[in-house]
Amino acid sequence: MQAQEPLTILIAEDSAADRLLLSTIVRRQGHEVLTAANGAEALEVFRRQPPHLVLMDAMMPVMDGFEAARQIKALAGETLVPIIFLTSLTESEALARCLEAGGDDFLAKPYNQVILAAKIKAMDRLRRLQATVLQQRDLIAKHHDYLLNEQRVAKAVFDKVAHSGCLSAPNIRYLQSPYALFNGDLLLAAYTPAGDMHVLLGDFTGHGLPAAVGAMPLAEVFYGMTAKGYGLAETLREMNAKLKRILPVDMFCCATMLCLSFQRRTVEVWNGGMPDGYLHRIATGERLPLAARHLPLGVLSPQAFDDRTEVQAMAVGDRVFLLSDGVIDTTDADDRLFGVERLQQLFAANREPDNLFAEIEQALHAFRGEPRDDVSMVEISLLEATQVVPSTPVYSDSGQSCPLDWSVSFEFRGATLKRFNPLPYLLQLLQEVHGLRTQGGAIYSVLAELYSNALEHGVLGLDSSLKRDAAGFASYYQQRNARLEALQDGYVRVHLQVKPQGAGGCLVIRVEDSGKGFDVARVMERPLDGVRLSGRGVSLIRQLGHNASWSDEGRSACVEFFWEVKA
Amino acid sequence: MTEIHIDREALSVLREVMEDGYPELLDTFLADSESRLDELKKTVDATALSEVAHSFKGSASNMGAVRLAALCQELESEAKNKSPLDIARLVADISSEFADVRPIYEDERQHALTH
Repeated sequence: MQAQEPLTILIAEDSAADRLLLSTIVRRQGHEVLTAANGAEALEVFRRQPPHLVLMDAMMPVMDGFEAARQIKALAGETLVPIIFLTSLTESEALARCLEAGGDDFLAKPYNQVILAAKIKAMDRLRRLQATVLQQRDLIAKHHDYLLNEQRVAKAVFDKVAHSGCLSAPNIRYLQSPYALFNGDLLLAAYTPAGDMHVLLGDFTGHGLPAAVGAMPLAEVFYGMTAKGYGLAETLREMNAKLKRILPVDMFCCATMLCLSFQRRTVEVWNGGMPDGYLHRIATGERLPLAARHLPLGVLSPQAFDDRTEVQAMAVGDRVFLLSDGVIDTTDADDRLFGVERLQQLFAANREPDNLFAEIEQALHAFRGEPRDDVSMVEISLLEATQVVPSTPVYSDSGQSCPLDWSVSFEFRGATLKRFNPLPYLLQLLQEVHGLRTQGGAIYSVLAELYSNALEHGVLGLDSSLKRDAAGFASYYQQRNARLEALQDGYVRVHLQVKPQGAGGCLVIRVEDSGKGFDVARVMERPLDGVRLSGRGVSLIRQLGHNASWSDEGRSACVEFFWEVKA
Repeated sequence: MTEIHIDREALSVLREVMEDGYPELLDTFLADSESRLDELKKTVDATALSEVAHSFKGSASNMGAVRLAALCQELESEAKNKSPLDIARLVADISSEFADVRPIYEDERQHALTH
């Protein structure tokens, strides 16, 4: 052990002889000595020059040692200034008073040098220990502040990215802790160019910043690809590949992604490793589980990744409810899980759908005894298509290089139709024409409808009347996936023609397919109601575009869009 | 009965510890003791008596005056129970004990200064 460093020691003792003796002993042990003849003097000296340690006589005139000790401890605050009481007190009651007043030890008269040296040493150790503890506490507090600040900055940056979406849309309700990001929870929502809504609820493995870092690239892919008109399959593929590439092996992201189509009144679902979501059909009260059918994002290689989705019909007012595992994994004092059953009991007991979140929250709180900060819930309801007002995108280019007289033709053949979605590319091309930008949503919807009609009814030969009811709807999409998987031949051709016309211009879209065609006259006789599940596509096309017409026995569809240049 | 008045061993430790300051310590103790004796003789209040006796006991024990310390201890603890006459007798005992040991400390001082 290293030699003891010299300390400054205050000796408060009223007896002059004892004071002189003690000062000499302490000085000879290498310390600096301050002296006081009573408690009041001791306080005065302490204020002027705080010592490391105090040797204090208990019985002193003016102010006794007990009171002086109390005041010195108050002055020292968090710093430990040990006080050794000098006393020939023998009664245990008096000794207890010394401790109560803040004394740390006693030294009996007559003084023994060896014991005094040992006690000074022991008290110095204690004093240093306390100083170290305080220093480390302050350091921890500093680190903690630093960490919180980092999280605040990260959250601010992330919020800018996450809130670029449409979480504030009137049909979305969600509940998330403000720092859910640092529990790995992630909620994203955005409109597609066609006015559909993409929603993603994700849950990264881990906690803190490591759980949050993956959120940024995931959000970028989500917003970037949704805005460009990519569907769930392509977006999920890209997100999976990106996370697989950048995240360490033990990190991945459980996620449920939805595409809610207000036009078609459908919800398309992909669930990778999240708890069951629920499609709540208001008319029947049924809650259809949207179960996980896939591994989380970032686990499988791009080749092994499965992007198959399920499509369900929805009615206006139906709701999709998604939740993070924080809800069902909440445990009570005895480590019992809240579980799916309790959640379903809450569903069953719920009378007012708008109160569901509050009821779940309350139940979790009652179950656990305290709130959790990793509970995320979101509920999206299906609105009338006319109630949905997607924000219009902002473009930064001047329009000087805008192409106004051109045409282009594509033929997409069997193997391509299986995997490739040409719509984002076609839309991007059309967005180069300034005059068409304000109608981007309508053009995209029509193009998407024409393309899926050509693919599904034309090339794949699916019967649209299957979609008359909800059960047929599900089997329609199962058949679609199966036939697409087996597809060998066939084609979809897309012709785009842009012509200047007066002060504005005209876009002609023609889509042809290799299918059997349909009875055009009979379909055209139907009213433009757009309510039934089947045949809605044709109504939509006729409402959004101009001069919609079908030729070649339904195998060729043509729609026009016009624009005028405002002065 | 031959009681021990002074712990000679304690004195030699003090001599060793104090070195050149030894005579000053002896002077201080003697002067301090005089004033405490005066206080004891003047004081009537039992609590105050007990406190003075306590302080006197402390320095007496440090200076090796074992019998003086023992007498002070008796006064300290019995001040509240004894009759004024008994107390006066005890204070007189303390005074005479101090008178007895005083020459020893003066000798010590003389001895220290001349060596």
